[in-house]
Amino acid sequence: MTVLALLQAATTGDGLVHASQPESGGVWFLATVIKMLLTFTIYMIGVMLVIWAERRICGFIQDRLGPNRVGPAGLLQSVADGVKNIMKEETYPGQAYLPLFVLAPVMAFIPALLTWSVIPYGAPWQSKWGLIDTALAPMPIGFLFILSIASLGVYGIVLAGWSSNNKYSLLGGLRSSAQMISYEISMGMSTIPVLILAGNVSLSRIVEQQGGWGIHWNVVNVTIAFVVFMIAAFAETNRVPFDLPEAESELVAGYHAEYSAMKFSMFFIAEYANIMTASALMATLFFGGWDIPFTMWDNIAPHTFAKTLATFAFFWVKILFFVFVFIWVRWTLPRFRYDQLMALGWKFMLPVALGYVVVVAGATLILESAGIHPASWQFALIMLAINVVLVAVMFGIVDRGRLISPAYSRLDKRDLRKLRRLDAARMRPITSEGGAD
Amino acid sequence: MAIGIKVLERPIKQTSYVRATLSGMALTLKHLLDPDKVTIQYPDQKWPLSPRWRGTHRMLTNEEGKAKCVACGLCPTVCPSNCIKLVPGEDENGNRYPLVFEIDEFRCIFCGYCQEVCPEEAIHVGRHYENSEYSREGFVYDLERLMAQTHPVCEMWDPADPKGE
Repeated sequence: MTVLALLQAATTGDGLVHASQPESGGVWFLATVIKMLLTFTIYMIGVMLVIWAERRICGFIQDRLGPNRVGPAGLLQSVADGVKNIMKEETYPGQAYLPLFVLAPVMAFIPALLTWSVIPYGAPWQSKWGLIDTALAPMPIGFLFILSIASLGVYGIVLAGWSSNNKYSLLGGLRSSAQMISYEISMGMSTIPVLILAGNVSLSRIVEQQGGWGIHWNVVNVTIAFVVFMIAAFAETNRVPFDLPEAESELVAGYHAEYSAMKFSMFFIAEYANIMTASALMATLFFGGWDIPFTMWDNIAPHTFAKTLATFAFFWVKILFFVFVFIWVRWTLPRFRYDQLMALGWKFMLPVALGYVVVVAGATLILESAGIHPASWQFALIMLAINVVLVAVMFGIVDRGRLISPAYSRLDKRDLRKLRRLDAARMRPITSEGGAD
Repeated sequence: MAIGIKVLERPIKQTSYVRATLSGMALTLKHLLDPDKVTIQYPDQKWPLSPRWRGTHRMLTNEEGKAKCVACGLCPTVCPSNCIKLVPGEDENGNRYPLVFEIDEFRCIFCGYCQEVCPEEAIHVGRHYENSEYSREGFVYDLERLMAQTHPVCEMWDPADPKGE
């Protein structure tokens, strides 16, 4: 139902008008080809640099230096690793199901890449051949496209785990699917408030709605949705503290235990590609996309090429910030236990995300009926006030240490009584008809 | 659940993972920004060796450029791993010298007994560790090779001056 309604909103809303700025066929084709090349190049170089950054930052956090010998400051380390991986022997386990075994790395890699086709990188450029959108494919249903593609990413991992015919790989794949399903729901739910505010599922429209001085950024308007989205994004990218599918200490290497050489490299690239994609999504949905804060310069009419470049650079600053947060968290936190993972996903994130949809929808409805439009600064301030209170309450509750239950935490009084009753029941003397359990 | 679970009442400060997470993040950030790293960039920088480091051997020479060794046979006798091969010879003046003096550095356990037992202070273990070779034969050092080594030699521990002052 919701999806249908959103689809209708997408096809009838004003996002469509924005998205399909007419260029002549030839210009459109040429622009798209150039954008494709640019996107792919920037993306692959970005992945390379993110891998390098991960290793360097990891080194710094552990008081080491990290790889710094290949090229200036070690920047070419990933190139050297790539060359090595191409030269290495590809091994195939004897009992593996080869078609899927070969297909799985590709299926892990491509969805992460596809997502980038709908993300707007910068302000549109008003060239003399027409308005050129910076997104590769400025789809009116951009956000739905992202949601659907993001859920495809798990297939690569699950199929890799299954086709390897290895118990550890299979466990990794199973964990991954359970984790993805659990967190995709809260991830989707956490973006509903964004869609409510934007009134559209077109990413260009979502970015446009956040434009301005920076006070309309969704992180101000719907903070809790951002928190939930970020946690879910960590889970979706299989990063620590949610890296149960890999879990070196338990599952050898998880789903890619049987992979070698370039096929392993594909999984590795896919992981970092997913990090960049998740960062780009966080920047787009919650941090104003390419919007430069504290100035209106980038949002008003003459869309020059300089503006496109400046907003493009700013978008990358935001992405790199989130990439840094990903890396920083990875080298800080330990892994969740499996039950903690599930408890966090189902008992905490989902209710919070659902409740927050109601809160934001209610607040928007009330404020709009009071004559305060979502685009006004009063709306942003009121939402900010609501969010400060809600964040305080949420962290207060989380701080009580009951939701994920660390091994040593206090149990709920009710749970304790239940456990004791269970204990007492088991300890009753064994009668003639009762066997040992 | 069949076994009784002991549940401890602890203050929230200890059980809160939000605070633990935040303080952990602060700690890693501190280390990230800390310019004091422990890495030694090996081929460029080297850790100073102890003066008593016992590495590959060196045969010292006298003023004439000949080995100080008088082929007394003490070092092959004392060597616990039996890695020194010594064939003594004698010149026309009645001075003994080694015809063959080989040390198999693969067998050697670098105990330093040969240096300790040598009456002429000829054979020494050296302060040196970069001794990789492409073949196993390369690790058998003959007399010329032992004399050609230039690295500093180990300073034996002196019981009269235990801290080397």
